[in-house]
Amino acid sequence: MGNLGVVLALLGAVLAALVAGIGSSVGVGMSGEAAAGAVTEDPSLFSKVLILQLLPGTQGIYGLLIGFITLTQIGIMGGSSDISLAKGTLYFLACLPMAIVGYKSAIRQARASVAAIGLVVKRPDQFGKAMIFPAMVETYAILALLISILSIFGIASLPI
Amino acid sequence: MAVVPMKKMLICGLKKDRKGTLECLQRQGVLEISDDLQEDDTFRKMDVTKSRLQFEKNAEELSQAVAILHDYAPEGKGLAASLEGRKVLTWEEYQEKSAMHEKAMESAERLIALVKEIGEQKAELPRLAQQLDMLVPWQSFDLPLNFKGTKKTAAFIGTLPEGITAEQATEKIRTIAPEADSADVTVVSGSKEQTCLFIVCTRQQREQVNTALKEMKFVKAPLTSAIPAEQKRELEEELQKVKARIKETEEAITGMASEREYLKFALDYYTMRAEKYQVLGGLAQSPKTFAITGYVPADKAQELKNLLESNYTLAVELTDPGADEDTPVLLENNAFAAPVETIVESYSLPAKGEDDPSMVVALSYYILFGLMLSDAAYGIIMVVACAFCLKKFPGMEPGLKKSLKLFLYCGISTTFWGFMFGSFFGDAVNVIATTFFNRPDIRLAPLWFEPVSIPMKMLVFSFTVGIIHLFLGLGVKLYACLKNGQIADGIYDVIFWYMLVGGAIVYMLTIEMVTSMLGLGFTLPAGVGTAAAVVAVIGLVGIVFTSGRESKNWGKRLLKGLYGAYGITSYLSDILSYSRLLALGLATSVISTVFNKMGSMMGNSIPGAIAFILVFLIGHALNLAINALGAYVHTNRLEFVEFFGKFYEGGGRKFHPFAVHTKYYKVKEDI
Repeated sequence: MGNLGVVLALLGAVLAALVAGIGSSVGVGMSGEAAAGAVTEDPSLFSKVLILQLLPGTQGIYGLLIGFITLTQIGIMGGSSDISLAKGTLYFLACLPMAIVGYKSAIRQARASVAAIGLVVKRPDQFGKAMIFPAMVETYAILALLISILSIFGIASLPI
Repeated sequence: MAVVPMKKMLICGLKKDRKGTLECLQRQGVLEISDDLQEDDTFRKMDVTKSRLQFEKNAEELSQAVAILHDYAPEGKGLAASLEGRKVLTWEEYQEKSAMHEKAMESAERLIALVKEIGEQKAELPRLAQQLDMLVPWQSFDLPLNFKGTKKTAAFIGTLPEGITAEQATEKIRTIAPEADSADVTVVSGSKEQTCLFIVCTRQQREQVNTALKEMKFVKAPLTSAIPAEQKRELEEELQKVKARIKETEEAITGMASEREYLKFALDYYTMRAEKYQVLGGLAQSPKTFAITGYVPADKAQELKNLLESNYTLAVELTDPGADEDTPVLLENNAFAAPVETIVESYSLPAKGEDDPSMVVALSYYILFGLMLSDAAYGIIMVVACAFCLKKFPGMEPGLKKSLKLFLYCGISTTFWGFMFGSFFGDAVNVIATTFFNRPDIRLAPLWFEPVSIPMKMLVFSFTVGIIHLFLGLGVKLYACLKNGQIADGIYDVIFWYMLVGGAIVYMLTIEMVTSMLGLGFTLPAGVGTAAAVVAVIGLVGIVFTSGRESKNWGKRLLKGLYGAYGITSYLSDILSYSRLLALGLATSVISTVFNKMGSMMGNSIPGAIAFILVFLIGHALNLAINALGAYVHTNRLEFVEFFGKFYEGGGRKFHPFAVHTKYYKVKEDI
């Protein structure tokens, strides 16, 4: 039981990559279906709808980022993995914003992406605006990422 | 940095010059025809719909023909072709090729006919195949299938829907029709599902046998007068013939590949003529004269006027467009700002009276993009790739050229920030030195600091960039207000906000808790804080009193003012939004680190080196693609939402001149 700290910390890291990754894969899948439909209508839209399809993919990357930073901080990637239970719990908590917000925002962003793809099919000249709607959703994933990163870096220097 | 001023041009000419004038205008491509001349007793509009439709139909056929050639004889050009742009023709070449358009039409029609023929021939194939299939069970039968019998006998040829032997079949017939004892059954071929039978009986018993067979679900064989084996041979021959014919037709199509260039040219030719006729239909014409109105960029107006007047008998009048006119917008910028015109255009072109924001967008666009991608190696790759394409394909279409230049400049900025933050393929330098040369001390030191190790510093820097960016946006608004003489509006809408937001930020820097949290290392003295607070409060009061100034009622005005002051929350979220600079920057470097680490896992050996190279190439290509896309989208977002939100509305209509809008060729001819 003495190692429970590192277990909790790793659980957090894994959850960040796992849950946000699931969200992104669902999201990119949804928008991919819409994008494929758009390309059957007009193959020249490919590059535009591809960008829209990829927008919900970033949450998975942020999840990976948080997971990786946590792994390096807790010594899984080399170094000492002697983490106290308190610290391990803190790491676990620090990973949660990215995991949960990443999951939900990826799917919501995908829905905005699907709508934006519909917009681009009807009005290809409005691509610049279409791109902004899904990008608005991403803000919240970025805010979650920010809190997770700051927490993880902050925990390292705590004297517990 | 500007929206190009437009002139309104009115051209009045003699009808005999009509064709020449229009063609000249089309080739110059600087006049946007406006359709604002009304019909009256003298001036009428010509109905050209029929000719225009004919041209469009021709263009459609030619485009089909080109597509057919592409299907049967692909040109074997890929990405390079799309970068090359349209081919340039001189005026003489153009004239020479124009004469060929009728021949091209014939070729196109022939191509379409050939494809139709192939379609019909291909439809033959399954029919023949089906007939062949039906004959297969009758292979060994040596009588024609429509054989009815002789003088004394009657014959039945057909199938029963079950697997059955000759004895069983005879038995069955006898059971149903006991008097038909002469029936003799021969099995031609059989399977589980069906049996092919040849049944002979005396003529007298024909009816009885027939009834019995009907009851047994007997189906007559396909009627042919030939012997099955022979028939089969004939069908096979026919099948071969049809196949040969298809091949021949396909060869005829591929043989026409050499005419591709003419077809493409003719396609452009008819597209051009269709556009010309559309303009022609909008012209006001009297029996002897015609009139054209349109917008032309002011700097080209005089040149165009001189050209027209020296070549044709006509009068050209230039005026300034009226204030209420829907003047089209054309942007023109120096080499630094021109690439972001595409970004501005994808948001919206400046409305009437608005300035072109390209220059201020360019100033921040390259920096923001560079901060988000922030890897020197990726930046260098972008610069080299874009520069190579720009150099190799000088004839590229202008839109594509602008985009490539945009990424070229973004690449330079990315390289700069990459070195500032010490990122070259992430930490590749250190990883390679450690794994393969056992020198963990070698690393690319950042010129400034490493965001991964001091994320707080990067966050503060991101916010600072954001505040400067937002204030720049407000500054542009102030400039526009001053330029239009609305000094009061400038103070109310910009200066007060500067005071409120600026004052609030400075005040926060005097609180020790905030500065230590941000890791700034300094705290402003309390006196500055008081002064800043006073400035902020003045700004706030000013906003409360002025932002509802269009309402006369004071109660309503103050309420609107309070709502306006609530806008401070949007400044908070706008500034926080710039934290994406940190997030995306970290994403690039952390993912690079992950790939470098993965690559180096097999250690210092030959397979290790091979694995490293593979992981390195694939991983970094993927990382560059995803993060360049992310940087592009989020730079756009910061420009569109945060930056444009402060000063820019847009809504202008794009300048769309009457010109040669072709697909494959452009004609070179200078004024």
